[in-house]
Order: sequence, then C-alpha cells, then structure tokens
Amino acid sequence: MEMPTINTRAQQMDAEVISNKRLGAYNHIVLAVNEIATYAKPGNFVAISVGGAGSSMVLRRAFAIYRAQIRPDGQGVMELVVAPHGNGSKWLASREPGESVNIVAPLGTAFGIPTEPVRALLIGGGYGSAPLFALAENLKAKGCRVDMVLGASTAAKIYAPLEGKRSVNSMTLTTDDGSAGTRGRVSDVLPSIIEQNQIEIIYSCGPMAMLSAITDIANRFGVIHQCSVEESMACGIGVCMTCVLPVEGRDGITRMVRTCIEGPVMDGSKVTWSKSREIPDGVWGK
Amino acid sequence: MMETNYTFDFSTALADRRIPNPILTASGTAGSGKELSQFFPLSDIGAVVTKSIMLKPRSGRATPRMAETPSGMLNSIGLQGPGIDIFLENDIPWLVSQGARIIVSIAGETVEDYAVLARKLRSVPGITALEVNISCPNVENRGQVFACNPATAREAISAVRRNIGGELPIFAKLSPDVTDIVSIATEVVDAGADGLALINTILGMVIDTNTMFPRLSQKTGGLSGPAIRPVAVRAIYQVHAALPNVPIIGMGGVASGRDAFELVLAGASAISVGTATFGNPTAAISIKEELENILIEKGFATFHQAIGFAHREEI
Repeated sequence: MEMPTINTRAQQMDAEVISNKRLGAYNHIVLAVNEIATYAKPGNFVAISVGGAGSSMVLRRAFAIYRAQIRPDGQGVMELVVAPHGNGSKWLASREPGESVNIVAPLGTAFGIPTEPVRALLIGGGYGSAPLFALAENLKAKGCRVDMVLGASTAAKIYAPLEGKRSVNSMTLTTDDGSAGTRGRVSDVLPSIIEQNQIEIIYSCGPMAMLSAITDIANRFGVIHQCSVEESMACGIGVCMTCVLPVEGRDGITRMVRTCIEGPVMDGSKVTWSKSREIPDGVWGK
Repeated sequence: MMETNYTFDFSTALADRRIPNPILTASGTAGSGKELSQFFPLSDIGAVVTKSIMLKPRSGRATPRMAETPSGMLNSIGLQGPGIDIFLENDIPWLVSQGARIIVSIAGETVEDYAVLARKLRSVPGITALEVNISCPNVENRGQVFACNPATAREAISAVRRNIGGELPIFAKLSPDVTDIVSIATEVVDAGADGLALINTILGMVIDTNTMFPRLSQKTGGLSGPAIRPVAVRAIYQVHAALPNVPIIGMGGVASGRDAFELVLAGASAISVGTATFGNPTAAISIKEELENILIEKGFATFHQAIGFAHREEI
C-alpha cells in the first residue's frame, strides 16, 4: 500500500501582506509569495500561523486559496478570502499591508480539470465560493460551459466579485432569508439547473451538510461530483490526524483519511456523509 | 562571551544507545515521518518517535477529534493506525532509508497485546528504542489506562521486557493524571523499563457554549501544548529526584529552545516535540538550534552536564 504524501510543492515561508480589503462580510487579502504561486491550483489550501509570536493560538488555520499567480512584474501573489469568524481569522483579517504572516502552501489536492470541454456546474456556500472563480477561469480556458450557484444565509455573505461573475455563463444565487436570489438552499435549485444545462460534472465547496446534499443529487443524476471538504485541522500537513473523513479507496475499503492530504478535493460519491458522532460501520479498523 | 573553540557535545544517551542530539518527535505528531521529511531531513533530529502502533488496524475516533484551547489543544484521535504488520512493512523500512533513528511507540489494549507487539519488534533491525505507551487517554475505557495503576503498569512493562529480549531499551510513557507519579515510575523501572517518557497528555474537556454539548465526539480528550508544560516540568523534576539514574524522555508543551532547556534542567535526557509541530512544521529543528545555543551560552561543555541541573544544591 503506497503511503500518501503531502503536496510535494508545499513550502513554509513568511509572506508579506500586500493588501487587505473588506468586501461585504469578508476580507480579501493579497500575500506576496515566491514561485509557489505557479504551483497553487484551484482547490489547494494554505495553512497560516496566527496570533504572532507567543500567541496562545497554537494551531495553524487553513484557508482555501482564492487565486495565485505571478504578476507581470514577476512578483508571485496569493489571494485569500477570509471570513473573520474566530480569533484566528479575525487576527488574520486585521493584518496591515507590510506585515508578514507565516504560511505553508500549496497544500492538499486540487480540482481535476477535464481534458475535453464539458458542461460544468460550480457550487459555493458562503466563503466556499472562493476557490471556484479561478477554477471557472481554468474551465473556460478548456472550452467548458460553466454555470455557477452560490448560496449563503443572507446576501452579505455571498462572495461573488465582479470579475468572477464575468467568468461564468450563468450565475444563480440562493439565500436562506431571500435577501438575494432564490429563497432557500442551493440544493433546491440544483435539479432544474442540472437538467436544463445537461450538467456533466459538479464542483463544490462549502459546509459539509451542503456537500452531503449535493452528493445525493449528483448521485441521483449520475453526475460526477468533486467537492472540497471542510473538516477542522490542527496542522494542515498530515501529522495531527484530526481532519479525517470516512472515504472509500480504490480497493473498495473505506478508511478514515486525512482531508489535508487526500483532500480537500474529493470524489463526493466516495465519502460516507454522516452527521453522527460515531465511526460508520464497515470502516477499516473500527 | 566565553570562548567556544571546542566542539559542543550535543549527544545524549537513551539507556545504552547514543544519539547525536536530544530532540525527538513526540509520538503521534509526526505522521509516518514522510510528511515532515518535506520540511527537514529526519536524520537531523535525534530520533523519530513513531505513532503508537497497535496490533490491528484502527480507525480511531469519530470527528470532531480536536479543539484548540488556550495555549494548547485537546485531541481524541484514538490511536488511528495501520497495525503492526503494515507498519513494519511500510513505515520502518522507509524511515531506515532516510537515515532516521527510530523509537517505536507501541500501545496495547491488553497485557497480551504488549507481549505480542514486543515479540514482533524484537528482531526488527534499525530500531533505537521502544516507547511503551501505557498512558493513552483515548482508549475505550479510561479506567483501563495501564499507567494509572502501579500493578497494571508493572504487568504491561514486564510483558514487554520478557518478550523484547535484553537488547532494545524500553521507555515507559506515563500519564501525569495520577496522584503519585513517582510510585508508578518506580514500579515500571522495577519491572524492567530502562527509562521513562514523561508526560502523556492530560485528560480534559471543552464544552461548546453555542451547541451546549462537549466539543469532541468522545467528550474528553488529551490536553497538550504549552498549557501543560509546568505539569511536565513538575513530573520530570519529581521523578528525576527519586530516580536520578533513569533516563527520561521529556515532553509537554515544548515550543522553543528555552522550553526544552527547562525540561532538561528538570531532568530530561531527551526532548520530544509534539504540538509545536502542528503550528510549525520545522519546530523540532528550530528548538534543536535554540537549545544548543542556550547551552553554549550558559557555559555547558556537554548536553549531559545540563541534565537535571536544577537539582543541584544552592550555594
């Protein structure tokens, strides 16, 4: 059995904050990085040390990479969309340009890009939309049709920058409170979009309950579903064993796998989605 | 500033084995070693202490398995691992190929498990020592933690001693969650442990005040990180005072060279770095460099001189 390894391009470095702007409920942060900008692919994440030296926050925080590129002036940049929820993300969201943060990136798996043009549906929940815009650009470059559905509890929590909207063929919004788009969940609007646009592949990123609901719909329609999961992590580099999910392997055996290494992007149909706080029956080593 | 025209001797002894420096990984915080090898060569640290390996594959516990706490974290991984056979087939040869010195951590559910694990390991080449984890707080029944009772601690350690043969040094990893850690330490040394590993995590709990349920799926978890360092220093100090000739692998919230030095002063012959690695993949290397600089600055000619230095008589 081959032992899975972490993203071979991952590096640890101090990255200077180039800019940090408030956008609705989120912060858009641009970091100066080295050549890792060319290796980071949509779906990969970055693990950031928070709180500064001597902080009581001892664990790294994982963030999906919104976009990474080498600028025309040669500077590598990595962009993040951060929701200032807890103390760690609040600390990050309050960094001023010129300050540095310690990062490890790129980490984890990336969304798979089909070799042939396909009809793709991208679904994001809340700040889960962050990695989808760079993915949409890559898919468009391959000649794919790209439809997007973004959902959140309320309009202010939908992250959809203007340039992102331009990179998709259609954009559907849903909010729990009806303050933008259709009132309801993303799963409410999926069946009709899948049918109308003859969707062949779904890419998703957002809360686990949403990914679970999308998996059910994708399975029903026989559509491939690549999802980026969100399980809390302590390290991001495969050593703490906290971010595990039950996932079926190629050998048909379901194991508790590290989502920082074998994810965050996974085949939704292989994940045992469960709300219970127990290891599902049949998992290897239960 | 003193002259440093000599070479500082940073090596340390784990019973009859000598390793080039005293910084180790802590069990269960280094994956298979492969993950960290992307950040530094594993041969640069004194030894890799492996995850605690059990007889059979083990899924570990359901998530949430982790909660950050002030200057620390709770975990309830539950010893997830592939079991001894796959471990011997995959992990050990790979670590050997990297030139890493290896301390294998083992854990059992029964005394017989420890005996079988020791038999499976006795003739495996490339191992420097065994760490016998008799104190994992995430076993099925906390009442069965071997290290919480002198009699069961003795049984587990003598089972390993009888089955490992005379060759491999064994270090008993103890829990600080006991009334008198010195009596447990004395018992396991008498049962054949060559050394001790102090301390395992401390049992704790976090309740989510939004859901109003315990945060971890298993409710309780092991507390680690700088929050527990004073407990580690106290346990190492007490045990070293009672058993000054027994080598101690010290651990518990070491995040800097200064922290490692504190445990050495208390009586540790080697230092395991665990939770700090989660926050910084290269923590073990910076701690090693910082510790060496501190020891040289303080005027020690060898690492060995600093072990238990806080126990010296005040003048």
